[in-house]
Amino acid sequence: MKIHEYQAKELFRQYGVACPDGYPAFTLPEAMDAARKLPGPIYVVKAQIHAGGRGLGGGVKVCKSLAEVEERSRQILGMQLKTHQTGPDGQKVRRLYIESGVDIRRELYLGMLLDRDRGEIVVMASTEGGMSIEDVAHNTPEKIFKVWIDPRVGVQGFQCRQIAFALGLEGKAVNAFTKLLTSLYRLYIDKDCSLVEVNPLVVTGDNSVVALDGKVNFDDNGLFRQADILALRDLDEEDAREIEASKFDLNYVQLDGNVGCLVNGAGLAMATMDILKHYGSEPANFLDVGGSATAEKVTAAFKIILSDARVHAIFVNIFGGIMKCDTIATGIVTAARDVGLDRPLVVRLEGTNVDLGRQILADSGLPIISGANMKDGAQKAVEAAKKYAASLATVA
Amino acid sequence: MAVLVDKNTRLLVQGITGATGAFHTRQAIAYGTNVVAGVTPGKGGTKFDDVVPIFDTVAQAVAATGANASVIYVPPPFAADAIMEAADAGVQLIVAITEGIPVADMVKAKVYLEGKPVRLIGPNCPGIITPDQCKIGIMPGHIHKAGPVGVVSRSGTLTYEAVGQLTSLGVGQSTCIGIGGDPVKGTDFIDALELFQNDPDTKAVILIGEIGGSAEELAAEWIKANMTKPVVAFIAGLTAPPGRRMGHAGAIISGGTGTGQGKVAAFERCGVVVAPTPGDLASTLLKIWKP
Repeated sequence: MKIHEYQAKELFRQYGVACPDGYPAFTLPEAMDAARKLPGPIYVVKAQIHAGGRGLGGGVKVCKSLAEVEERSRQILGMQLKTHQTGPDGQKVRRLYIESGVDIRRELYLGMLLDRDRGEIVVMASTEGGMSIEDVAHNTPEKIFKVWIDPRVGVQGFQCRQIAFALGLEGKAVNAFTKLLTSLYRLYIDKDCSLVEVNPLVVTGDNSVVALDGKVNFDDNGLFRQADILALRDLDEEDAREIEASKFDLNYVQLDGNVGCLVNGAGLAMATMDILKHYGSEPANFLDVGGSATAEKVTAAFKIILSDARVHAIFVNIFGGIMKCDTIATGIVTAARDVGLDRPLVVRLEGTNVDLGRQILADSGLPIISGANMKDGAQKAVEAAKKYAASLATVA
Repeated sequence: MAVLVDKNTRLLVQGITGATGAFHTRQAIAYGTNVVAGVTPGKGGTKFDDVVPIFDTVAQAVAATGANASVIYVPPPFAADAIMEAADAGVQLIVAITEGIPVADMVKAKVYLEGKPVRLIGPNCPGIITPDQCKIGIMPGHIHKAGPVGVVSRSGTLTYEAVGQLTSLGVGQSTCIGIGGDPVKGTDFIDALELFQNDPDTKAVILIGEIGGSAEELAAEWIKANMTKPVVAFIAGLTAPPGRRMGHAGAIISGGTGTGQGKVAAFERCGVVVAPTPGDLASTLLKIWKP
């Protein structure tokens, strides 16, 4: 799960991490109230969306007067902010963060995440603040410093000092950095985070260390014990179909193609997307109905797929293991009747009671195209999608 | 012979009275697995289906029955605790089926297991099966057939796909290991490959990876350096967008690393044949190796 910058900074403050003063605003009057609470004369108006790259997209503006705050806030609030992470349509800005300007002497990078190969959290720091860490890792890997944290004892003072001196911090900034990194690690552990990133972390003119930006992601598996974090979820930042899918415990990811997929198992679902591409189509979604797909779940999944007008054919790919194929087939037939199937449907069934399952599909009278195996099903789905698209073109 | 589990495996089930645990315990017994004990705290002294004795703690169960393997169907909030309890009781093989364990819990559990004589498989995996001998987990037993091919995979249903293809071509499996889809796990590809390389009954291997992490890249290097048996690989998720979790907690491309293309390239660089589609897992193996 992701949260907004202003929410991340609120967490930072709770853990004693220094951030510039600032307030969130959902409307223009709120933005002005927020600005008036700040000392001035420099303000920053920051669009709050979950995607990165907001500054380059025009979503972060430094202002030198309250009048300018008003002008910028009016421009940014409600705009479709496009960044390299939002996709071509951009993301609508519904929230602002109004923050005090900071006297920046240096910009650094600090991030914390899981190192999967070691099963430990790795702290990464760089002197190249404000740049994406991926770019730094690619172009100048020698500018990234790393320490790994032993989960038995947590981050240690010497590790913080190693990074502080590697970053060239001096005087009181060394101790300030040690306190900051220790606090961020505590936040990471307490809140089941999957990423804590401060980019940039700035050294100010008076040698203070301040989090100028804040990005915190959370381990979805830990949310059951993080009620306060779950309350920060912003559904406006999520895809409507993905929200609907999550209500039915379906794993759904919206994609850009035209063949809808309904699959059991995450690996098979990914492989199904790949085989569609291999035969010349693009998948419209990733959808894993899980190992225990009920008729209700299959119906919900069908509705979600069909609600996407870009879908020109559906490919159901099921390897029924413990799950019996006749149960799946009944679910598919029920769903197709309930929802009103208006696009071609290709079904590939394999596993327990497969003959019974295929019989149920055949007896249903529905125009279901049967796939003998995964390759055959995928090819037929690609073909059906192309035919359907052509028929749309003819009508138009 | 096979790896890790066979007819001498004495299995205990943690979470045997839950719906999932109960269902799969019956399936395992029907397959012929020797299920010697169950553990559900508070239900010690009773029996599962009038047959399998239930204990309050794993230590009691091991002391009374000599169980040497445990399968975990405990819900996510308590699963890491269950893994550590099994390790503490001296169980040598722990198979964690549970999906959704917090990463922080697994980080702790892995540290706890360090230095102990125990192997963890999973979590978030279908389990492990040696056909006709021992089935531990949620895979459908009937699609398997005893034979010479080892299968190791991060995905459940994609493992079934590989097994189904092999069996339909008349080729059996030595042992199939589902290592699971989580970012922090016990057994990884290299551990499984080493077991297969050293197992005289395994003659060839199918490896099924997916996007996220670098376990496949490491496995490719290991195969090149150490493996004399033929290996066919497949990577799921070539079309997955970056930054999105594809079902499995570990299936995510982040910061430009963990892409399917990178993994395929790593295998090809190390001379490992990669199946072109998930429909060609078994047929690709049979092109480079005859049973």
